[in-house]
Amino acid sequence: MSELTTTSTPAGTGPADGAGSSAAVSARGVTKTFKTRQGVVEALSNVDLEVAAGEFVALLGPSGCGKSTLMRVVADLERPTSGSVEVFGKSPARARRDQDYGIAFQQAGLLPWRTVARNVALPLELHGLSRPERKERVEYLLDLVGLSDFAGHHPDQLSGGMQQRVAIARALAEQPRLLLMDEPFGALDEMTRERMQAELARLSVETGAAVVFVTHSIPEGVFLADRVVVMSPRPGRIVGEVVTGIARDVPRDDALRQDPAFFARVTEVREVLHGSPVSSDGRELR
Amino acid sequence: MTQTQTQAVLDPAPTDATAVAASVDVRVPRLPGVLGWARAVVLAVLGLVALVGVWEGYKALAPEDGVVIGEQRVLPRTTDLAMPHVWDMVQRLGEPTTSMAGADPLWRSVADAALVSLGIAGVSWFVGTTVGLLLAVAMARLRVLEWGLLPWIILSQTIPLIAFAPVVRSWGSRIEIGGWDWPPWLSVAVIASYLAFFPVAVGALRGLQAHSRIHADLFHVYAAGWWSTLRRVRIPSAVPYLLPALRLGAASAVVGTVVAEVSTGYLDGIGRMLVSLAGQASGDPAKAWAPIFGAVALGLVAGGIVTVIGVLLRPYRRGEAR
Ligand SMILES: Nc1ncnc2c1ncn2[C@@H]1O[C@H](COP(=O)(O)OP(=O)(O)O)[C@@H](O)[C@H]1O
Ligand SMILES: [Mg+2]
Repeated sequence: MSELTTTSTPAGTGPADGAGSSAAVSARGVTKTFKTRQGVVEALSNVDLEVAAGEFVALLGPSGCGKSTLMRVVADLERPTSGSVEVFGKSPARARRDQDYGIAFQQAGLLPWRTVARNVALPLELHGLSRPERKERVEYLLDLVGLSDFAGHHPDQLSGGMQQRVAIARALAEQPRLLLMDEPFGALDEMTRERMQAELARLSVETGAAVVFVTHSIPEGVFLADRVVVMSPRPGRIVGEVVTGIARDVPRDDALRQDPAFFARVTEVREVLHGSPVSSDGRELR
Repeated sequence: MTQTQTQAVLDPAPTDATAVAASVDVRVPRLPGVLGWARAVVLAVLGLVALVGVWEGYKALAPEDGVVIGEQRVLPRTTDLAMPHVWDMVQRLGEPTTSMAGADPLWRSVADAALVSLGIAGVSWFVGTTVGLLLAVAMARLRVLEWGLLPWIILSQTIPLIAFAPVVRSWGSRIEIGGWDWPPWLSVAVIASYLAFFPVAVGALRGLQAHSRIHADLFHVYAAGWWSTLRRVRIPSAVPYLLPALRLGAASAVVGTVVAEVSTGYLDGIGRMLVSLAGQASGDPAKAWAPIFGAVALGLVAGGIVTVIGVLLRPYRRGEAR
């Protein structure tokens, strides 16, 4: 699979719609502190992050390093203490009101009293889409995530993986140009997780949306992303990044997981994360 | 059981391979069904039989004078005056209420009185629930209101019913709006709803605050308004908290009605009947138990109504199944 390394500029493969000129996410000097009873926690320290339209970026780091906080700042769920954030050239609040991004969390967060179809329809309903339009869109989305046969089921009748697919369909409901995902597969078993990764890779190609994907799994980040941004804790900051060089149109399948080029990138990310060279079989050299 | 459930879910024959693989671990919630109801009925009958057994067993075996330790009687006398036979009490229900010619059978008088009380309790429950829900929504809307109101709501319940029953009655008797007179039963209903609103206000407030962080975040992301969030998330999430609150409210409404009937001197309900027949117990001991059965039936009906509401709201209780 020599073509893996030939495509080294992943950005710019996104949708060619008019507003696509500005970056999907542009964060500059973002700092976020939380005042807690134990004192002040600096969750983010002077973070710069650019995500191009259509680009798939993995945010990687140990737990507590501020990955979720960074994503929540972009989503206007937290205000940065200092620094500036723009989403498609707008303030996060404006981008949120314009429904420029879809969001998914580690927990699917479905409404248990609503059927799968009505869960997916929720954002459409809130934003005043007519019933027939909703129906058509929901059918399309459920087909996209392979859950057409479960439209009338309730969330408690679904496995964790299926619930997460519903959540992803809901996040895609309004054709966002940006998808924010906070460890969406973190609660799934390994097999389901690998299947979901393949599906997400396919969806990101089909929709052309930019993705900010929070994870603490190195292989997951490398497998999915165009670029892996590595963070370190206390205070949360970006310590480096690795361009995976795996083109968007390279199928995310088991062959890729076996590819030496894939392993090389995993090793590279690990080195950035640990701040020291790592031997080829993945163990640190001391 | 699990086998057939999985089979049933597999039936629609999902088209793609991942859906087939995923549907294997589909979970189907266990519903009560006919078997559950049958079990509940059997348990209720067994409980009743056990109660009768204990009553009659104690009456047969314990000394006439009850069980006395030192000076203190710890268990009641077993005389027919203190503890009539169960069958005497049942038989008495079928006999005329009074010796007057044309008097209704006792069960009929008890049922009539209990129905009057049920009606008043129903009104109090409805008013109490409405007020409780409105207060809860107001407190959920504004933190300041929660801080300002909640202590008063709690304090309100520490005032004994008896203290303000006569006040409500005398205020009520002075109210007359364009030929409409404040009927005495309304005083009873006001006092009982004063008891019934409390559990609803407190329970609903807790319920309205119980929606998960992730749902709050989602609705913020959707830029949904407060009322929309209330309707689509907060109220549905509150249902599991609301049902016990409604049940407590119903119990409070019934107890409040009975007590308020006695303390305002309202004549048509079961409360008054309890007191007056207890007064005649020396002459007709079995008769005094009839309104007690009536009051118990009243409580059961009130509880049953809330259970029906719970069944109607079952879609919103799916979270409880786990
Ligand atoms: N709302 C909050 N209040 C106080 N501290 C917070 C809050 N959110 C996050 N933190 C703290 O900020 C740091 C980063 O958290 P988070 O962004 O959730 O990390 P990650 O997602 O990488 O695991 C942690 O130390 C966490 O305890
Ligand atoms: Mg996190």
